[in-house]
Amino acid sequence: MTVIEPILEARNLTTMLRGRAGVVTAVDNVSLSVYPGRTLALVGESGSGKSITCLSMLGLLPSSGKLVAGEVLFKGRDLAKLSQRELEDIRGREIGMILQDAMTSLNPLFTIGYQIEEVFRYHQGIRDRRELRRRAVEVLEKVKIPAAAERLDSYPFQFSGGMRQRVSIAINVALSPDLLICDEPTTALDVTVQLQILRLLGELQRQNNMAVVFVTHDLHMAAQFCDDVAIMYGGRVVESGPIREVFDNPVHPYTVGLLGALPTLENFGRRLVAIPGQQPALSTIPTGCRFAARCPSAMDQCREQYPDWFEWNGGSRRVACWRTEERLHAAMARAPAEVEHE
Amino acid sequence: MLNYLLRRLGQSAVTVLLVTLIIFVIIRLIGDPTHLMLPPEATEADRQLLRVQMGLDRPIVVQYGMYLLDLLRADLGVSYRFSRAALGVVIEALGPTLILTTSALLLAVVIGIPLGVLSAVRRDGPVDQFAKIFAVMGQAAPPFLFSLLYIKLFSIHLGWFPTGGYGRVSNLILPMLALGWYSAAGIMRLTRSSMIEVLDSEYIKLARIKGVPQRAIVYRHALRNALLPVITFTALQFGILMGGAVSVEFVFAWPGVGRLMLDSISNLDYTVVQAAVTIGALLFTTINLIVDVIYAMIDPRIRYA
Repeated sequence: MTVIEPILEARNLTTMLRGRAGVVTAVDNVSLSVYPGRTLALVGESGSGKSITCLSMLGLLPSSGKLVAGEVLFKGRDLAKLSQRELEDIRGREIGMILQDAMTSLNPLFTIGYQIEEVFRYHQGIRDRRELRRRAVEVLEKVKIPAAAERLDSYPFQFSGGMRQRVSIAINVALSPDLLICDEPTTALDVTVQLQILRLLGELQRQNNMAVVFVTHDLHMAAQFCDDVAIMYGGRVVESGPIREVFDNPVHPYTVGLLGALPTLENFGRRLVAIPGQQPALSTIPTGCRFAARCPSAMDQCREQYPDWFEWNGGSRRVACWRTEERLHAAMARAPAEVEHE
Repeated sequence: MLNYLLRRLGQSAVTVLLVTLIIFVIIRLIGDPTHLMLPPEATEADRQLLRVQMGLDRPIVVQYGMYLLDLLRADLGVSYRFSRAALGVVIEALGPTLILTTSALLLAVVIGIPLGVLSAVRRDGPVDQFAKIFAVMGQAAPPFLFSLLYIKLFSIHLGWFPTGGYGRVSNLILPMLALGWYSAAGIMRLTRSSMIEVLDSEYIKLARIKGVPQRAIVYRHALRNALLPVITFTALQFGILMGGAVSVEFVFAWPGVGRLMLDSISNLDYTVVQAAVTIGALLFTTINLIVDVIYAMIDPRIRYA
């Protein structure tokens, strides 16, 4: 296997948010790697810091938030050190991001055409109206909007949710970015439309060998469309690796719990096992492992000290749990052939 | 768009009609003008004669019908105090009032909107702090009280401006400030909160994502959306300013409709009151109509609905 360099590497991101409960650490020491042509699923419950992680990387935090530490290496540059002007130049051209709520993510007062044309206007300095229109039609066709030329003068309120999400995708892939962040792009859509949008994203990814970060809480969707996964809990990544390996052999108790709570063919008809308790509020984050309070195998050490990373397979598999080694040994004892096979 | 316009035009006509009806009834409830029009020693027979001459003896419905018929010919009756057409009297006074209210509103918009935008963009910054004080000071007291304070400070103590009168720019400054600051504070606060809300929206986030420069985000994408409620509010302010002008005109001896109304009411010069209210209603509905057109031009959801 040839070594592929990640196109985006986030290292030890830490983001603070100022809120009603005071200043909280919404993203704590998060590291992620995203590779060209591959899709990284960022999985976690709401409030686990998935979206804030993405916004931190693009310099899009609200005024109440601040990236206080970490690096965001994108094509050799640290985005965290760039000015807003420099980021404006990268966003929309080299990095795109699709938002969750398609119904509200387009400006209601401007035509679809204008909102797409802006990308060419600001990034390529094109001013010629006909040229702008031609390009906008091209992009709309790329995202499979029928009768694209006639749709340019429509306003967002004349479009359905699925169509609006297509427009939003069109805006983001207009300049063939190297990285596309999708923040739950299908959560607000009908199930039938969801699949269409996912297929479209997959197709666009293959065309440009695009790297994709796919934020979701839908494990089935992640398993189906993503290559790698990073599981987040309480602002931290607790486990990451190639998605097949992680889902087949989950190690962190939170991952195990998440997968156990899913209906599958094997546990069909049986009662699903929910993880007891709730994710702690960011203002009451414990000192040790964030999951300790809900963990069935927590020890004293877990409550006192945040676990170090345990890595194997050349660092592609990582778990933040004190009992990783113990668990891997047990797994090896149970099914030696399978583990050695790795 | 044309449909929308015609519908709004119809609504405006109904509004004006209702306003004239209400004022027509009220003015006849407050008193009998013949008591004031004739000397105190006049007999009841004299007064009755006058009532018949003026048509005041007929049922109120008939009177109202005649008033409407005259209205269609732009005849709003004769003022007994001035012995000439009430409409002419009102229009003469309307000039000064419009000068006062429009300049006050202009001042309010020119200060209120930019200040609101700047304080929203740099929240808690020095401009925002200043704007907060500006708003509190503007809304702390009604305009007439400010009028008195200004006269005391700027006219009596400092001697910068005359205490009242009409005709020169220096006469306008104090009443304009007394009226305009109040509205400026409201417009500023609404612009600020509307702007903050819009800047926090998903479509602004998407505009940032696609790399739109900050300036274009604020002045193109956000401001246009944020102004929608501000436009409506500003139009309402015009009505409020017309009302506020009554007291300010009184304090500054400004020869406007406000003062004319006060005098006409206390003298039961009912034709002038009716004429003034009718003109006011026409003016106000026209402004609302213009605002609706502006609104439709900005917001496609209204244009196409």
